Amino acid sequence: MKAVREVLSGTKSLLVGMRLTLREFFKPTITVQYPHQTLPMPERFRGHIELRRDPETGKALCTACKLCERACPSDCILVDGVKLEGEKKKSVTDYHLNFTQCSLCGACIEACPSDAIQFTKRYNLASQTNDYRNMDLVQRFKDQPEKK
Amino acid sequence: MIAPKESTAGTPSNETFTLNLGPQHPATHGVLRVKLTMDGEYITRAEPVPGYIHRMHEKMGENRTWAQYLPNTSRVDYLSAMTYTHAYVGAVERALKLEVPLRAEFIRVITSELNRISSHLVGWGAFVMDLGGFTPILYAFDDREKILDLLEAVTGSRLTYCYYRFGGVVADVDTAFLEGCKAFVKHMRPRLDFYRALVTDNIILRKRLEGIGMVSAEMCRRYGACGPVLRGSDVAYDVRKNEPYSIYNQFDFDIPHYPQGDSMARYNVRMDEIEQSLRIIDQAVAKIPEGPIMGKVPRVLKLPVGDFCYATEAARGRLLVRVSSDGKDTPYRVRLRTPCFCNLSLFEEASKGMLLPDAIAFMGSLDLVIPDIDR
Repeated sequence: MKAVREVLSGTKSLLVGMRLTLREFFKPTITVQYPHQTLPMPERFRGHIELRRDPETGKALCTACKLCERACPSDCILVDGVKLEGEKKKSVTDYHLNFTQCSLCGACIEACPSDAIQFTKRYNLASQTNDYRNMDLVQRFKDQPEKK
Repeated sequence: MIAPKESTAGTPSNETFTLNLGPQHPATHGVLRVKLTMDGEYITRAEPVPGYIHRMHEKMGENRTWAQYLPNTSRVDYLSAMTYTHAYVGAVERALKLEVPLRAEFIRVITSELNRISSHLVGWGAFVMDLGGFTPILYAFDDREKILDLLEAVTGSRLTYCYYRFGGVVADVDTAFLEGCKAFVKHMRPRLDFYRALVTDNIILRKRLEGIGMVSAEMCRRYGACGPVLRGSDVAYDVRKNEPYSIYNQFDFDIPHYPQGDSMARYNVRMDEIEQSLRIIDQAVAKIPEGPIMGKVPRVLKLPVGDFCYATEAARGRLLVRVSSDGKDTPYRVRLRTPCFCNLSLFEEASKGMLLPDAIAFMGSLDLVIPDIDR
């Protein structure tokens, strides 16, 4: 008798599960066919950092003060700059980021007094080479076209 | 030719054998090794061997400044990162006697509770997967995705948030986030009924969990077990109620606890906790005030000499962060008292004489996160 009851309750519980699953089956699909489709990245998405441009002069805002270098918990930033003739502040000549050690905490961006770095929205960064061990952000900045 | 050893087949058993569960076993959710001494299908001794993912988080605290330790806190228990950051930030704030603006406290509560739900959803899905039911984890991840989207829009990250700062939070939330929270609460409540019908009431699940993995309140006390494990043994202890931190005393919520002390009780505690977290979020979103999100914080942090503790209720139990300062700009010592370590330590005693598949179910009900054990 007990066995019969168990079989019945087991079957019932199975049917309930099946019904719920079947209901889900007819719901619209929400799968995004990555990599053919992608979702927009949110505004505050934290990708690797990049140098920001001064909209007036078109130059990098960075003054090579090295505060980001000191703020970084993983020691992955190396900055250097020179003082050019006729300018008040230093301008950046080297900005190297070791992205393999970066944990994207944003300490550098918070430390920056001149708001000269920002997060990118890049995320497809898998690589078989050592590309991200020593990212030259100054070069990257130069390669980028000025936004009108 | 190798001489054949004397055969032991056919000799009946006081003979035991050793079986390694892990370090790469899917049911241990990470790199935990459990050395099992088996007598046939029964466990005579289960010795957990942690340390495979030890990353020296406590030691790392000693060679970086107070603020530089913030990213580490999200990486201890990566499933409930917010509460871990909260405990560390809270300890430092207590030392510096920093005032946290009310809006920031509300944001902390909302994000922590969202994080708790997402953590319980993973725990639930993975637990059911350990028992052989694969589908529920997909439903759990579907709902968790909604939380992650909300948190990503605010913090910029989906798992290791690093969102709290000493004296507040790093970025303000917008109305879209608050509306999103409301919508999520509305969406999640019927989903809990769905989970109940699909999984909790399922006869197979009940047979595998009820009366199995008994943990008494006394055993919990001896091992310092906490969180859902303790509450599943009929002790209604929750840091949010018993030693209220932040602004948790302003909210109306219950501490779910079950008297049975078996795996099913722990499972039920987690499911009920999701509901309670939804209640807290509901109230917090309704009451959140306008205002600043960062208090006044000195530019260079130097803590006064002494020890400072702060306990929070992480998704897996009581988390205590103790920071010792010798007056310099780096910590002298950062100590993390994590819940999973204590919850794991009772495994050896409680699993004695258990069948191997039951032990897997029992381990799933403890909801272990291995980096949290090893730190």
